[in-house]
Amino acid sequence: MILVSGPEQFLADRSIRQLRDQLVAEDPRLEINDIEADHYAPGQLLTVASPSLFAEPRLIRVSNVEKCTDAFLLETLDYIENPADDTYLVLRHGGGVRGKKLLDALRGGAGGAIEVICLELKKDTEKLDFAAAEFAAEGRRVSAGALRALVQAFQDDLAELAAACQQLLADGDAQITEATVEKYYAGRVETTAFKVADSAIAGRHGEALILLRHALASGQDPVPIVAAFANKLRTMAKVSGNRASSGELASRFGMAPWQVQKAQRDVSSWSDEGLGNAIDLLATTDAAVKGAERDAVYALERMVSVISRRGDLR
Amino acid sequence: MGVWSNLTGQNEAIRTLQAAASHDPGNRAMAHSWLITGPPGSGRSNLAYAFAAALLSRGPDDEDATLRQVQARSHPDLAVLATELVIITIDQVRELVKASYYSPSVGRYRVVVVEDADRMSEHSSNVLLKALEEPPVSTVWILCAPSEADLLPTIRSRVRSLGLRVPSIDDVAALLRDRDGVDPETAVVAAREAQSHIGMARRLATDPEARARRRQTLETALSIRSTSDAVIAAATLLAVAGEDAKSFTAEHDEEERKAALRSLGVAEGGTVPPALRAQLRAMEDDQKRRAKRGLHDGLDRILVDLLSLYRDVLLLQLGAAGEPINDSIRPALESAAGASTPATTLKVLDAISTARTRVDRNVSPALVLEAMLIAVSRHAVR
Repeated sequence: MILVSGPEQFLADRSIRQLRDQLVAEDPRLEINDIEADHYAPGQLLTVASPSLFAEPRLIRVSNVEKCTDAFLLETLDYIENPADDTYLVLRHGGGVRGKKLLDALRGGAGGAIEVICLELKKDTEKLDFAAAEFAAEGRRVSAGALRALVQAFQDDLAELAAACQQLLADGDAQITEATVEKYYAGRVETTAFKVADSAIAGRHGEALILLRHALASGQDPVPIVAAFANKLRTMAKVSGNRASSGELASRFGMAPWQVQKAQRDVSSWSDEGLGNAIDLLATTDAAVKGAERDAVYALERMVSVISRRGDLR
Repeated sequence: MGVWSNLTGQNEAIRTLQAAASHDPGNRAMAHSWLITGPPGSGRSNLAYAFAAALLSRGPDDEDATLRQVQARSHPDLAVLATELVIITIDQVRELVKASYYSPSVGRYRVVVVEDADRMSEHSSNVLLKALEEPPVSTVWILCAPSEADLLPTIRSRVRSLGLRVPSIDDVAALLRDRDGVDPETAVVAAREAQSHIGMARRLATDPEARARRRQTLETALSIRSTSDAVIAAATLLAVAGEDAKSFTAEHDEEERKAALRSLGVAEGGTVPPALRAQLRAMEDDQKRRAKRGLHDGLDRILVDLLSLYRDVLLLQLGAAGEPINDSIRPALESAAGASTPATTLKVLDAISTARTRVDRNVSPALVLEAMLIAVSRHAVR
């Protein structure tokens, strides 16, 4: 009995796949059944788990245990008390409190269950480790620069990162370097609205426009982009007139001290009037991207230009 | 005449409606569809319900009882469409159109009242056209909207329009005095500060917190000197608008939730079974939409208050005749007038009306206020 828990669907899928491959290798007669716990009808589990004439081993994969029906919960609790022989039950639980009784029973060792925890990889270092392990599993050498470039290019989706690693493994050279990654994935930059805002506020007009285009091309919506700019400029405006220390300002405006310090650094090259112009334009742009003007992208570019000039309306 | 009392300063309109509702067999003043227009707070919907009561009653003796039923919205021949959300949906209108084809069950007429007819989208309005043009003989439509321009021309041409005046400050003050027992001095100030909006005047007169919030708004605006001030002030004003909205909705939301739980048979404090959660969620979504409308209304009140403030400043700068609306903070008005020119004041007034259109366009409230207050911050620095 195996419990696959945690929010990262990609890792969960992969571990279930590996388990299946392993079992098929052991005995090719393996019979596989899928159950969706959120549409579970009473008796289903018992039907697929009851012994058959030729006694094939079987694998029962249950998805959506986090949304399971009451019937599923009751019957599974019964089942783990006396599991069937030669039957592997894999429960996929995506996180949450539903089915806690079942989880507790399994974690308590009922039926000799093991748990595979699939946590989300949030930090870049974790993703670097993940990619390095991908290459190491195939026994291939990869340079640190190449790993960094890969992780940079695929920040949002772990599945994409893994797929990219597999691609490089499948047709790359013995030694995977930065040049290889460049050849395959050059120009692909995943960016966020905040990065666009940062580079515009710092006055790097060209870079900001390129990032803006990247952000739009990789599916960012104009409205949150404007919101990110507004957030940045609002913080800058709040700290601009104040001589107090960053700690004091942070507590007054309910922000983290590093946010205040960053805003103070950003605002040092801005004039009060420029800041005013920029915020006024933001309001116009917000209206524009919500339908007041026909071309939302043009409105965004105009906003990025004015903000890169630090609010000079020229 | 019980039906028509409690309506302030609309004598001409009342005369017209009285003639229309008269039981005289030779009555030729009646029309099948009416549009009552007037500025917010002039008592449009109250007048509409008074008219509805007069139409529904079976005779002068029956009027008071009918009025009570109308006010409780429980009269069998009355259909009402009002909304606390931002728009009226097309399904609500369809339902209403269907209801309008029934014959009256007790009175002479079946009456359909649409408050906030301006909140219908073009689509929903089109659903009304047929029903408005040729209702059954005994059905009367009464629409209410701030102005004729808020409705489609195709609707306008199908209704008889009746415009209301802005009631005078003395009328509103007298109403506050007589109906709510407010002392005369407060009543006059509240009526003036609410710019004759009856509902607002009543809140200002009876709720000291509402008065304090309004004053805080004006003082905040006058103290802005830089972009930094403007952004911080915008946060303050947004909080004021939020509180304003909350004071309207919070209590109501809680009551609604309790009533819903009771009707679903869930004990107070008990857990809600999963099968019922969808219903509660639908209610919460509605409440969220209502909160958004509340915030928009709160913002609009702030903007109207600021409009009155800079109108006063302009009045003083031009030396025009007329009483400042915000007479209570006259010294502050005078110093603001001295520190700027009529041209810059006009710019601020422009910025405020731009802000009002932006609220309508669903621009983020914080940005609307910030952009407007930045214009305000440039007012005084000359």
